[in-house]
Amino acid sequence: MAKHDLIGGSIWEEYSQKVQDLMNNPTHMGQITDEEAKEKGYKLVVADFGAESCGDAVRLYWLVDEKTDMIKEAKFKSFGCGTAIASSDTMAELCIGKTVDQAVKITNIDVEKAMRDEPDIPAVPPQKMHCSVMAYDVIKAAAASYKGVDAASFEDEIIVCECARVSLGTIKEVIKINDLKTIEEITNYTKAGAFCKSCIKEGGHEEREYYLVDILKDTRAEMEHDKLVALADAKIAGTQSDVPFDQQTMVQKLKAIEAIIDENIRPMLIMDGGNLEIIDMKDSTETLDLYIRYMGACSGCASSSTGTLFAIEAVLKEQCSPKIRVLPI
Amino acid sequence: MRVYLDNNATTIVDPKVYEMMEPFFIQMYGNPNSLHRFGSESHPALRCAMDQLYKGINARNEDDIVVTSCATESINWVIKGVYFDHIVNGEKDHIIISEVEHPAVSATCKFLESLGVKVTYLPVNEKGVIELESLKNAITPTTALVSIMWANNETGMIFPIEEIGKICRENGVLFHSDAVQAIGKVSVDVQKAGVDFMSFSAHKFHGPKGVGGLFIKDGQKLTSLLHGGEHMGGRRSGTLNTAGIVGMGMAMELAVANLDFEKNNVKRLRDKLEDAILQIEDTFVIGTKEERTPNTILVSVKGIEGEAMLWDLNKNGIAASTGSACASEALESNPVMEAIGAEADLAHTALRLSLSRFTTQEEIDYTIEILKAAVTRLRGISSTYSYAPTWHKSGL
Repeated sequence: MAKHDLIGGSIWEEYSQKVQDLMNNPTHMGQITDEEAKEKGYKLVVADFGAESCGDAVRLYWLVDEKTDMIKEAKFKSFGCGTAIASSDTMAELCIGKTVDQAVKITNIDVEKAMRDEPDIPAVPPQKMHCSVMAYDVIKAAAASYKGVDAASFEDEIIVCECARVSLGTIKEVIKINDLKTIEEITNYTKAGAFCKSCIKEGGHEEREYYLVDILKDTRAEMEHDKLVALADAKIAGTQSDVPFDQQTMVQKLKAIEAIIDENIRPMLIMDGGNLEIIDMKDSTETLDLYIRYMGACSGCASSSTGTLFAIEAVLKEQCSPKIRVLPI
Repeated sequence: MRVYLDNNATTIVDPKVYEMMEPFFIQMYGNPNSLHRFGSESHPALRCAMDQLYKGINARNEDDIVVTSCATESINWVIKGVYFDHIVNGEKDHIIISEVEHPAVSATCKFLESLGVKVTYLPVNEKGVIELESLKNAITPTTALVSIMWANNETGMIFPIEEIGKICRENGVLFHSDAVQAIGKVSVDVQKAGVDFMSFSAHKFHGPKGVGGLFIKDGQKLTSLLHGGEHMGGRRSGTLNTAGIVGMGMAMELAVANLDFEKNNVKRLRDKLEDAILQIEDTFVIGTKEERTPNTILVSVKGIEGEAMLWDLNKNGIAASTGSACASEALESNPVMEAIGAEADLAHTALRLSLSRFTTQEEIDYTIEILKAAVTRLRGISSTYSYAPTWHKSGL
């Protein structure tokens, strides 16, 4: 929120001149009949996407030269707002002269860029980016119909944000690498969720299979799990954790102390026919009290409350934390 | 030609109102609460304006009409005030509103829900009006407030306010009505309606923006939202908006004086426009002409997305409105359209045309002509008008 956002504006003011012109006079609006196709010797492809109850629907017509797979003509009909009409028109324009395989590569982002007046100024406001997505979807539907395959086969990755075409893989990777904790951060890094906002959470403009809130939650849980596994692996390898002792959890602290006792103290005690066990640990801001009980020969040894005790405490103070006190019971 | 058919959004200030307000900017600009002449010279006009407001809604002298900055403030005040006075102390815990209330009501209730208040959203029938039975059934011994609009902003449908008031009185529940869309369109009588609170806004009835009112029935407690002075009898602090109050008073007087004109002349033009639209194939209107405010039409034009229709009208100088999701900043579909439910298409094909007493015959004729041309052009582009798509996104 800032000066720019306080007085709302009309979204129409953010449409490029090209968008406005196409809304008023779409160039490729219309339909192609079977007769026309036969007459010209091309194959007619008709594909639909969307429905009136969704707010957007488009029908795409192609005339394809079957010898070369080249799209010779393209026309559209569209139920939708002005930007949906302009996007459909631009999409039809971009298809003409391309092979079906090339056309499938046209994305909604290409459509939006083609409608810009200036290369760096978006053609439509963020929430209208969604209108161009339908243009991309209907191309896939047309290509699928032409090739007799499923439209999903053109998509090799799961797209979470259709407006910005951001994949599930990318989002998870960015969260992990940059340690992202909020949806705003994901949007800032990837642009996912910056446009129609359907992919942020359930209940938006359009129902989605994946939502950023869930992806963030699951990825954070995965990261937490990975961290614990890494910690456990580090312990097994005998190396120390990256986290300073004072910031570790109680269990981590106990394990660290156990490891040091196992390595530096217990062998000495066992040599003398004794041992010790940790009974309890109490942590406060000033002290960390470790309650131990001597076993075997140690339990009656005079040194166990003097020299041996001081030695154990000194090792732990040095390797773990100066606030450790060892208290035999 | 420029034609303004978005009068449910805001209206032109009546020149007579503007004329009344003018002296209070550079001549009588004193603070009405000051002791000196600069302040006190505005008092006669303010008193006159208050008389106009009281008379306009038939309030008794012992009742309060507190001038606020807008109806949104009035509505927030009632709902949050009831929360402070009857809910925080544990006495009550429940508020009832309809599913088609303006966001000033519904969003405020959503906020109170986050604080633990129970809110019932009464469903509406296919005409967008609540059933009295469902209200009776929703009231519990812990219901603090019922808030139901007098007339709906999108459909123009008039609610059975007197009956609702009676049910509330019988059950000892406070009743607030958002009368923003009713003043100047239908007769609004607070005594007959039996409301405890009622909100309104000057700019919806040819008064200035930035000034509204809240009627508070005699004896009703309502904790202030704005503290800081003794203005408005201590109920709402803030230096009096002299010009605004004077303007709203005059606008109220004119609105009430023009009720017959509204009922006859405005309605005649509205009906003419409506009949012409209904002659176009595959159009339908919510509610009968008599059930609605005389100035409003909510029409669904099959095969044409609402924003696309607005674009074509605007290109020809005509201002209207749509409840379509695509035209909203957040792409959220209009809750009124959703609540009416029966016709899913309406959510995307709705067009709202709202007239005023300043709308002329010539403007309506022009609108009919342009609208027909827009329907022809846009249905020509439409993929859903001539075809029923065989395939569409699942889950939507």
